[in-house]
Amino acid sequence: MTAQPIIQVKDLHKWYSGVHALKGVTLDFHPNETVGLVGDNGAGKSTLINILSGIQAPSGGGITFEGRPVSFKGPRDAMEAGIETIYQYNSMVPTMSIARNMFIGREPLRWGIGGIGVLDTKKMAEESVRAIADVDLHLRSPDALVGELSGGQRQGVAIARAMHFKSKVMILDEPTNHLAVKETQKVLGFVQSLKGLGITGIFISHNIHHVFECCDRMVAMARGEVVLDKRVEDTNMDEILDVL
Amino acid sequence: MKRFLKTYLEKPELAGVAFLVLLTIAFQIRSGGVFLNAANLQGILGLLPEVALVAIGVTLLMICGEFDLSVGSVFALTPMSMAVLLEAGWPFVPAIAVGLCVAMAIGFVNGVLTVKFAIPSFITTLGMLFVARSITVVISGGFPPLLPTGAIPKWLFVTYVGPGDMFRVSFLWFVAIAIGVSLLLSRTNFGNWVRATGGFLPAAESMGIPTKRVKIACFMLCSLLAGFAGTLQVMRLGAPLPSIGEGLELQAVAAAVIGGTALTGGIGTILGGIIGATLIRVIDNGLVLSQVDANWFKMALGALTVFAVILNAWLRKKAKSIKVETGK
Repeated sequence: MTAQPIIQVKDLHKWYSGVHALKGVTLDFHPNETVGLVGDNGAGKSTLINILSGIQAPSGGGITFEGRPVSFKGPRDAMEAGIETIYQYNSMVPTMSIARNMFIGREPLRWGIGGIGVLDTKKMAEESVRAIADVDLHLRSPDALVGELSGGQRQGVAIARAMHFKSKVMILDEPTNHLAVKETQKVLGFVQSLKGLGITGIFISHNIHHVFECCDRMVAMARGEVVLDKRVEDTNMDEILDVL
Repeated sequence: MKRFLKTYLEKPELAGVAFLVLLTIAFQIRSGGVFLNAANLQGILGLLPEVALVAIGVTLLMICGEFDLSVGSVFALTPMSMAVLLEAGWPFVPAIAVGLCVAMAIGFVNGVLTVKFAIPSFITTLGMLFVARSITVVISGGFPPLLPTGAIPKWLFVTYVGPGDMFRVSFLWFVAIAIGVSLLLSRTNFGNWVRATGGFLPAAESMGIPTKRVKIACFMLCSLLAGFAGTLQVMRLGAPLPSIGEGLELQAVAAAVIGGTALTGGIGTILGGIIGATLIRVIDNGLVLSQVDANWFKMALGALTVFAVILNAWLRKKAKSIKVETGK
């Protein structure tokens, strides 16, 4: 791991009206590694992720992305830099089709004025079919509503979307919550395949078994601090459960 | 075949179309063939644009996940603003432009209050319902101003045109606007954002859609259409009464709901809203022709609203139970 880290988090703090949610977190994420981020509720995982994906601003400290200091003003900035986040509640609109969900906020336009214009629906359909096939998910039609898909299929589409937009870092926030066993295996398979594609993965989960199954490195957080940061082969579940 | 059936059963406007066909047949029989004759259709089509334009705006806003109860008041305030200016000697174009700007400003205020303070639009626009109505009465001074003769280019808005003078020019405006807003919703990225914002707000926000601005834009468009519809009515009647449009807000919501728009946002079509508005006009007119006491109108409208939603829910459940594989 001599390569420059893709994300460097330095002394990051976050206060919520009286609550010190992040107490000086310093953490590096390296290119092409999958990091498991574990911790109890309220440990600060979500806050850290929200800051990395541009949803919240830190109260102190800083982030560098590919060596450059960045400060994301919204999720859009983070996405444009190449950080894509997949949330536990699904970052999909169930009442819309797969093709439309793939391109929400980044629609290809045939022509437009001032950012508003006519959708290139043909391109949307073709590219979403290809993107979904790339993650080895086979769906009959890009016009099917996302609401009709199973939880695992939805996460698959979200991952396909992140890959299609060439993200460099993919943050998966509890992607296996509420999924059946078979579906969970599918999602873990997606996470494992990230390495082969040169994408840095940050996998957040309550379930330590899931994290051990598909990550290279474990980071445990408790009470707003990083309490453990080791390669998977240098630690075990008992040690992690101890520090949490 | 199954997929085809499923797709159609899932169309939100299906229940509205079914009721429209049934009622048209019923009224045609009850009225002894008068309902669908040229003179009566002329009457229906002449009035339709006014309710339907309001319904288009309300439908769009409901798909975006918000409500507007102030459309009835904006329907009165916009033409009143225009009429007051015309009476003061302003030419037509700046007068109507100011009127429409007033409408958009009200939509802007509705939108900003709703998104900035994160309060239900039901409340903000309920407040605006009273405020805008009050302003209407105040600027009219209690007496509706007379529209100066010749001040309005009637040929551009309310004159009868078409084969056998079948409809007014206002109908052409309505058709053009309906197509425009439908395309905006179905074919543009803005439409995608509207549906995403109303469909599942957290997802829309996390994908970086400017949901606040999208909502404000929808509020403004909704108000603008209501104002324009009111202006059409005043030009047709020739006098701006401060009381026009009372109760219209709920008719427009009924139209949207009959047309399959979900109260929770995300689901619905502009065509559905138009079908709903057409149904309301058809009932109004059909009851009269069938020599039913006109006081039954609200009863019929109420029953239809509830039944349309029940039928829609039932159809959607049926569609869901048709199993079609999503995977290959």
